Amino acid sequence: MTATATTANETSAPPLVKPKIGRDDWMMRTCMVVIGGLLAVFIVLPLYTMLSKSMENKADEFIGLANFTEYFSTPALFLSAGNSMQVAIISTVVVIVTAFIYAYALTRTCMPFKWFFRIVALIPLLTPSLLGGISLVYWFGNQGVAKGLLMGESIYGPIGIVIGSSYWVFPHALMIVITALSITDARLYEAAESLRTSKIKTFFTVTLPGCKYGLISACFVVFTLVFTDFGVPKVIGGNFNVLATDVYKQVIGQQNFQMGAVVSVVLLVPAIFAFAADRIVQKKQVALLSARAVPYEPKPDSKRDSIMFGFCLFVAILIIAMLGMAQFAALVTFWPYNLELAFNNYDFDVMDGGGWDAYWNSIKMALYTAVIGTIIIFFGSYLVEKGRGFNTGRTLFHMVAMLPLAVPGLVLGLAYIFFFNNPNNPFNFMYGTMGILVVATVTHFYTVSHLTATTALKQMDPEFESVSASLKTPFYKTLFRVTLPVCIPAVMDISMYLFLNAMTTVSAVIFLYSSDTTLAAVAVMNMDDAGDIAPAAAMAMMIAYTCAGVRLLHALLSKGLNKRTQAWRTR
Amino acid sequence: MTAAGDKKPFLKINNLTKKFGDFTALDDVSLEVFESEFVCFLGPSGCGKTTLLRAIAGLDIQTYGSIEQNGTDVSNLPPAERDFGIVFQSYALFPNLTVTKNVAYGLENRKLPKDQITARVTELLELVGLPDQGDKYPAQLSGGQQQRVSLARAMATSPGLLLLDEPLSALDAKVRVHLRSEIKDLQQRLGVTTIMVTHDQEEALTMADRIVVMDHGIIEQIGSPEEIYGVPATAFVADFIGTMNFIPGTVENEGVVKMGGSELHCKTDGHKSGDAVTVAIRPEDINAQDLSESDNIVEAEITHLEFLGSFYRAELGGAVFSGHEIRADFSINLVRRKGINVGSKVPVRFPPQFIQLYSGEES
Repeated sequence: MTATATTANETSAPPLVKPKIGRDDWMMRTCMVVIGGLLAVFIVLPLYTMLSKSMENKADEFIGLANFTEYFSTPALFLSAGNSMQVAIISTVVVIVTAFIYAYALTRTCMPFKWFFRIVALIPLLTPSLLGGISLVYWFGNQGVAKGLLMGESIYGPIGIVIGSSYWVFPHALMIVITALSITDARLYEAAESLRTSKIKTFFTVTLPGCKYGLISACFVVFTLVFTDFGVPKVIGGNFNVLATDVYKQVIGQQNFQMGAVVSVVLLVPAIFAFAADRIVQKKQVALLSARAVPYEPKPDSKRDSIMFGFCLFVAILIIAMLGMAQFAALVTFWPYNLELAFNNYDFDVMDGGGWDAYWNSIKMALYTAVIGTIIIFFGSYLVEKGRGFNTGRTLFHMVAMLPLAVPGLVLGLAYIFFFNNPNNPFNFMYGTMGILVVATVTHFYTVSHLTATTALKQMDPEFESVSASLKTPFYKTLFRVTLPVCIPAVMDISMYLFLNAMTTVSAVIFLYSSDTTLAAVAVMNMDDAGDIAPAAAMAMMIAYTCAGVRLLHALLSKGLNKRTQAWRTR
Repeated sequence: MTAAGDKKPFLKINNLTKKFGDFTALDDVSLEVFESEFVCFLGPSGCGKTTLLRAIAGLDIQTYGSIEQNGTDVSNLPPAERDFGIVFQSYALFPNLTVTKNVAYGLENRKLPKDQITARVTELLELVGLPDQGDKYPAQLSGGQQQRVSLARAMATSPGLLLLDEPLSALDAKVRVHLRSEIKDLQQRLGVTTIMVTHDQEEALTMADRIVVMDHGIIEQIGSPEEIYGVPATAFVADFIGTMNFIPGTVENEGVVKMGGSELHCKTDGHKSGDAVTVAIRPEDINAQDLSESDNIVEAEITHLEFLGSFYRAELGGAVFSGHEIRADFSINLVRRKGINVGSKVPVRFPPQFIQLYSGEES
């Protein structure tokens, strides 16, 4: 065979070497196809069904773009798009400016009590987005304590939506900006100083360009979150219609599923656009932090530090005021006539909305989501990151895994109705069960978890797999003995992220719960809808306690686990 | 030299080509490695040496061509079905496992009895000089120690072929020199066929039985360290290994080249008279000491003199080199004795046996 190879005619191409697919490769590829298939079933197919629904009439006949024509010629509906855009843009400006200054204070000054401000800023993550709206009702509503501050303007409308949205998206923006500001090289500042650059000029030529991509990314995230949010406008929007509430009204109010699908598509387009733009920006981001970078250490500057402290204190007070008012309202006997404190608002079983069952359902759902979601997402990300060959499959998987980030929860929920409610669908049995809620939630929050896992896996030496293969160890052994133990911190982060979001999400599940599977966040909305605002606040606070408690438990558990699995990190 | 004709090739690489899209990383490479031989793949970054090693390991399987190991065709086999141990520049030690567990990793999978595994791990750790470090985690060891553990792990299952991918590049200069001889020692004691990838010529020259010099995906030369250094087959090899002077010249007639203003005697095999050639000679081969033979002596002017510790590196100019600067190494003794200084005119000799000719003009 050597002879034929060496004497082979040079002009004819030699035979391509077809790599033999080993046992490990077969197993990994099969697993990946299974998980990828599930992802496709739970994200791609429902979206496709929804898109086709938007082009059908009530008799399920294809009518092309007629629904869209109707939509755009109905001023009442069309107006909502403008409204959504308006509140999203204003909120983005407000949140990004605040988050930037707050993050700057945390990373680049020597202001005191940083730990306190870090914790306070994360409070909104523990509460459903509805809580901000409810709290605003008590502050500035018709019987609000500080109504006078609005000078005659109503909180029910764009003002309320902007304040309420800014409250709950603030930590999302803050985390991105903090990361962007943390990665810098102190030597750049030393160079600027030695060149006698003024502080202002240094800020504009070093600081801002350094965190440019983080800021842009935060803008897209905030815009998309507010643009597609349903909770805040539902509670505080009044007659100010936005796209998300329109979808809800079309589907739940008028049972007009086709028009609901059309509005969903209108909602989906800017979200996808923002997502694509963000991806492009992210690709441009090159590693600013080389291995040799010197971390930046801020120097005390009493004037700057006290101004920053004042600013952060102001923001922290606003956040605490939101949470505090919700707590106060929950405990007040009968607002505003009897301000005595009592627990009667926690007696959920006597109100509509699902009662205490809803609360326990939420906990169950969040636990399932955290456990099942973490396993599937981490394993899927592992297969993409550490698989050998099969590049098309791996790229495809990664692309599908990125998709959920671009799909608003409400749109996903509606798409699920169309897809799973179809009696011909083999997955029809899931409709109205806890299962579909878990699937919807895992899918909805898939991307961020996938990226967290991918980042952790990318930090591992890619040659671990090569070494184990050379030692003839099957991949799953290395996965369980090395990869997973090393990635425990990331795995814990993912499970926490999934749990918190499952507890607080409304939009992804609002169309999917049944009378047996009502959830706490949904109960908040329904009680608010029925006028039981104080119990709604009480339930929202129950969610907040639970999230805070679980977060604490999680911190303790992580510490214990890290002690056992991460001992090798200490030298 | 181990490249003896009576030895059977252990590894046969036939017409290997590897393409990444439009880029050809390996272009029709053929090579044989003999049993118990230590072979170095040497070349600048991007020359294809690592690609070739990864193809041999099955980590990145070649596009065309075949690989035969110990008589079996392994061309398309995944790494797990081949027989090799591998050591990476990054060590790739499992960070959450102790040194003992790392070394035992491949053994545990073979369902060996526990005491046998323990005995083998102890033996290996002793072999690499770390007998009492078994309970430490990799992060608690120095770089050199980590690389030894990595070596022990690779050898644990007694593979027929040891692959080393730049194993010393991440280490401090002193540790590197020390580990160099240790690895070579170990390899000779165990007699394992070894291939090492490196971009460090000193490493290759000191460790290898044979060196494979590569550039742009092709093999430039295969030979013993002495052959590679003394008789570089191409201008690339001559330039890449050691220091080499290149001066444009023309072949006058059989055995004579014209370089600048002077004529030099040397072997002109393979070149016709009138051909433009590049004349190459190493700085240390230029002789100003022993001028007893009268041919190939030219009068050079010292334009620059640099003290390099154990010797001086002089730059020679003058009409004879037609404007080219030539480097020559002079011993400290010689410089003192002859009072050589910048501006001195010194007769130097180009010994014919050290002159290499390459076709065309070197840029």
